[in-house]
Amino acid sequence: MSYFSMSKILLKNLFHGPYTTLYPIKKKESFGRTRGRIEIEIDSCIFCGLCQRRCPTGAIKVDKANTKWSIERFQCIQCNYCSEVCPKKCLTMENQYTSPAHEKVRDERIKCTNIQSPNT
Amino acid sequence: MGKRTVIPFGPQHPVLPEPIHLDLVLVDETVESAIPRIGYIHRGLEKLVEKKDFQQYTYVAERICGICSFMHGMGYCMAVESIFEADIPERAKFLRTIWAELSRLHSHLLWLGLMADAFGFESLFMQSWKLRELILDIFEETTGGRVIFSVCDIGGVRRDIDGATLNKIVNILTDMEKELREISHVFFNDHSVKLRTQGVGVLSKQAAFDLGAVGPMARASGIKLDMRCRGYAAYDRIKFKPIVETEGDSFARISVRIKELFQAISIIKQCVALIPEGDIKMKITGNPSGEHFTRLEQPRGEVVYYAKANGTKYLDRLRVRTPTFANVPALLETLKGCALADVPILILTIDPCISCTER
Ligand code: SF4
Ligand code: SF4
Repeated sequence: MSYFSMSKILLKNLFHGPYTTLYPIKKKESFGRTRGRIEIEIDSCIFCGLCQRRCPTGAIKVDKANTKWSIERFQCIQCNYCSEVCPKKCLTMENQYTSPAHEKVRDERIKCTNIQSPNT
Repeated sequence: MGKRTVIPFGPQHPVLPEPIHLDLVLVDETVESAIPRIGYIHRGLEKLVEKKDFQQYTYVAERICGICSFMHGMGYCMAVESIFEADIPERAKFLRTIWAELSRLHSHLLWLGLMADAFGFESLFMQSWKLRELILDIFEETTGGRVIFSVCDIGGVRRDIDGATLNKIVNILTDMEKELREISHVFFNDHSVKLRTQGVGVLSKQAAFDLGAVGPMARASGIKLDMRCRGYAAYDRIKFKPIVETEGDSFARISVRIKELFQAISIIKQCVALIPEGDIKMKITGNPSGEHFTRLEQPRGEVVYYAKANGTKYLDRLRVRTPTFANVPALLETLKGCALADVPILILTIDPCISCTER
């Protein structure tokens, strides 16, 4: 039975200072594997629709006719399944989270097929 | 005889992390009996198995619980793999064991913190959660998620851990062990901790057996029941013994969980030493057909997964029997005759996870 069993830890903490990160002065670095948000390299996409069919939450919509790929950011659960099944490997999981927002908006990416690039 | 009163306890109560409701029948300050009511966070996840295909359901299974998420995913994958009669690669088995034991560490540390909070020992609560943060960082680094990992998949695991990271994990755990010894010294010896927990909520071995208690609740009452001894994943190659105490009071339950922390660290170290090179996933094709029943040891006790497949990509039925559900009758038994002030502590000693229970 002891009475001041916590004192040693408390003294140590007193000299150590805070264990938490002093946000926003210091920001926490994400790890390389952190699942933040799905990004697409739209030029490689062939609009096969596999990502839409496999996504467990139905966050992705693929519109082949209009060469449009879109994602509902706040519906996505960052499971990475879509990026694993994509045959062209054009979906990647970035390690930065989607910023908080007041309303849900679909993030759309459109592949330009018949507009010439200004350099050519 | 004193005055008889019925007071509602929960579903919202400062000590409860999740909603459970108990009607406490009191005679003066003593609890005569308790009538539980659950159903506040039922999400229909078992039914969802008919809507999501068996691959997608892995991500749903993980979301049954936010604390043993990995082990729910693992239980589901093990059940479906058994239907396919698939023997997953060795490396995947070891990786699963490592993540499972890390989950146990994180869950028990979380519980120790909540327990300390329940008897009003705020600084001990913070210390436990400070250590837990290190484990969450390991999760994020190795899987990408802090709570929901999405690494378990039917046929193996989806991410590998390289040798350098495995060594880093061992180093973190070795350092953590020292700090754990310091806080466990407080839990084991502090006067006020003992005062609040010793002899409180005694569950005899017979009662624990009759009421079907599982996990640390059963082990603290002297029942040697640990599903890891079945030898699933890589547990058949690991040396460990179930931790058993005989007193059956709240102090014994704390003690079982603290000793399991050290045991988990030792299991992870053994896994890192034994882990073979090789594939982490095998290809599984076709749809499952048949049924299987599997059991594994979660931080809260034994979980039962039953899956029935009909040859299509949607399962017919999935049934999960969670440890908290099995421990509720034992909780009601310990509540009988306790003081009103001890009710929060007794509820916490079963390590309640209500979102698992109701799914
Ligand atoms: S799976 Fe890949 S290629 Fe197919 S539609 Fe989705 S992003 Fe495009
Ligand atoms: S990460 Fe998962 S939830 Fe998000 S879009 Fe891809 S498949 Fe859907």
